[in-house]
Amino acid sequence: MNTISLTPLSSWQLFRALVSIGVICSLLIVGVFQLTASTIEKNQTDFFNQAIAAIFPNADKKIGYKQLDNGQLKELEQQAISEQQLFAIFNNKHQLLGYIVKAQGMGYQDTIQLLYGYSPQNETVNGIKILSSRETPGLGDRIGKDENFLANFKQLTVKLTSDKSHILHKIENAKPGTKNRPWQIDSISGATISSRAVINIINISANEWIPLLAKHAETHNVGN
Amino acid sequence: MEIRTKVITPDDKSPSHSDEFIKGLWRENPVFVQVLGMCPTLAVTNSATNALAMGLATCFVLVMSNTLVSLLRHAIPQQVRIASFILIIATFVTLVDYLLQAMSLTLHQALGAFVPLIVVNCVILSRAEAFASKNSVARSFLDGAGMGLGFTLGLLYLGMVRELLGSGSLFTFMLLPDNFEKWTIMLLPGGGFFTLGLWLLLINHLKRRKAQP
Repeated sequence: MNTISLTPLSSWQLFRALVSIGVICSLLIVGVFQLTASTIEKNQTDFFNQAIAAIFPNADKKIGYKQLDNGQLKELEQQAISEQQLFAIFNNKHQLLGYIVKAQGMGYQDTIQLLYGYSPQNETVNGIKILSSRETPGLGDRIGKDENFLANFKQLTVKLTSDKSHILHKIENAKPGTKNRPWQIDSISGATISSRAVINIINISANEWIPLLAKHAETHNVGN
Repeated sequence: MEIRTKVITPDDKSPSHSDEFIKGLWRENPVFVQVLGMCPTLAVTNSATNALAMGLATCFVLVMSNTLVSLLRHAIPQQVRIASFILIIATFVTLVDYLLQAMSLTLHQALGAFVPLIVVNCVILSRAEAFASKNSVARSFLDGAGMGLGFTLGLLYLGMVRELLGSGSLFTFMLLPDNFEKWTIMLLPGGGFFTLGLWLLLINHLKRRKAQP
């Protein structure tokens, strides 16, 4: 091992060296950020639009909403998709097809973020899309890939109670292959915790949003 | 195991440029010989695609940081060298993070938390400290490229075995028949340790056989 001889340097010289390296590094980072920012934004929008098209195939236009403190929904101007939590989806005849809601909650390892579609005329959840998750590869991550599991969410009943304040039947987890009610989900064998997490996330979010959305839908023309 | 950290001066009988590149691929392979950077090696090699992407991302950071450290090696005072190296490495990791997001969002999501963790991959810091800070830019570039590709190969060897046994596919193409019972353990961290152990066994066996003719 070589002994390293330290040439005595003043604090000012050390400071200058570190600051110069810092400046070079920040220029590099800012430069690449500027170059890639628009592509990254476009990738995220494309990904989002594909997810919406999978849930509402006839989707033509979307309007973003945000909930105000008094519970009212406020229409948002054109904004970054990451800041919106709710979309109303319309077809090309300006008829309301349904809503896309963003929801998130704890999975097995980390937060799961997902989208689900709600169709007010059928009173169903009609499709989900996992946006991001860090579930165990090969086991839990099947919540985003397993066709049979995802098919459960295509006609999932979320009828409201008669006073329209709650969901009549909570979405339930059924053991694989035992689903016999329209509000039950056949979970994935080997991914019980992750399947339950998804159901939980939708239950919590649906109970909060769907009464509001059903009311909001009454003010629009609905279509298919 | 001996890793060369000697200062090479021009009048030394220094190794050829191609040797600087080749040593990382086999003789001093970061994964199988130096056994460095085990966190990404074990964590993201559950599929060949992830392993390749992680390997190439690390390779990019390694080449760029080696080159920049070597360029600045006379300007960086010894007292603050580690801080400077980490700053340079962290910069390139941030760049990789943006570039990956711009190239493929799906790939970026699959690699998840492991891209920022390239900063603390000790292969990169060890090459900056042991090699790039003492050698010319050309040599450091080749050393970084060799070590980076060696690391990528190591990850790929693990990733291919784990994906084949754990999912029955290779680069997401199904290879094994449907009735093959998948070894789920291979996709979990435990499977990473098993596969790494078996590769180390095989490689050390081959080396020993070569040494005793």
